[in-house]
Amino acid sequence: MNPALTAAGAREWLQRFATAVDEHAAELTDLDRPIGDSDHGVNLQRGTRAVLAALEAADPPTPGAALTKAGSTLVSTVGGASGPLFGTLLRRTGKALGDSGSVDGAALATGLRAGLDAVVALGGAQVGDATLVDALAPAVEALEAGGSAAEAAEAAERGAASTDDLVARKGRASYLGDRGTGHRDPGAVSIALLFAALAGSGAGEGS
Amino acid sequence: MSVRVVLLSHSADVARGVADLAGQVASSAAVVPVGGTADGRLGTDADALEAAVEAGLAAGEEVAVLVDLGSAVLTARTVLADLPDGAPVALVDAPFVEGAVAAVVTASTGAGLAEVVAQAELARDLRKG
Repeated sequence: MNPALTAAGAREWLQRFATAVDEHAAELTDLDRPIGDSDHGVNLQRGTRAVLAALEAADPPTPGAALTKAGSTLVSTVGGASGPLFGTLLRRTGKALGDSGSVDGAALATGLRAGLDAVVALGGAQVGDATLVDALAPAVEALEAGGSAAEAAEAAERGAASTDDLVARKGRASYLGDRGTGHRDPGAVSIALLFAALAGSGAGEGS
Repeated sequence: MSVRVVLLSHSADVARGVADLAGQVASSAAVVPVGGTADGRLGTDADALEAAVEAGLAAGEEVAVLVDLGSAVLTARTVLADLPDGAPVALVDAPFVEGAVAAVVTASTGAGLAEVVAQAELARDLRKG
């Protein structure tokens, strides 16, 4: 059986993501401290709280509309780089899902691929640059291969862990050069939380 | 068609200060500072940038956007990607202060967007030592 993602499912996914960001805000900020400006956790937390309020107010009728609304809200409320990057991921994914009231795992994988491509086009990072792309790309590939949301979450987690030993080539962390190694990228950790939230919501299971 | 210069900074003070500086050099061009977040923190506000760009377009102007650091580039690219195809808006690849002054001086001569962008981008090559 292949549980579909509905508008309610998308909202539960984002609700679970917001809760995870709340729980991990201090950890995300600590990860950002050696390499950035220590604001990733608190910025993303501000953004996800605004997303929940925006979804409550707009009550989007489809999963695509819910993700698009969430993305637009992140772009305008976060302030740092994670706003445009996470916002673009969700917005482009949402737009790619179209106006269907319910999407299956394969459609979600196709949508998230569009989101990943937009993030790569926006930020210019590739796998191996110690950014959120290191977690996002393997998660999308897992879904495209027919994997479950739980398998995608595991792939994202492994991808985030892989940034420990990478030299950052994008964003503020890139100013540190080799001194940035030995730190896990906080954006990649947040992507792992996003896919864990998807798995936890029970939606988006593979076909 | 005149060119409006929009200055996007993480800091409201930086955006306003650079706008003042550039405006003092060439007061006849339109310069719009967009700095900080809606709730007064350091950061970039995509909604405020969009409003500044759309106000310029609504006034029949072309718009040159200059940005300060890192994520301001991502915010500007995200906002510009949502504009209609062919909208006369350019993200200028130039240092913030020098580029802003060059853009405003060029815009004040009545030059078009392509010329404003080209002159501002020359500011990348200004040596100081």
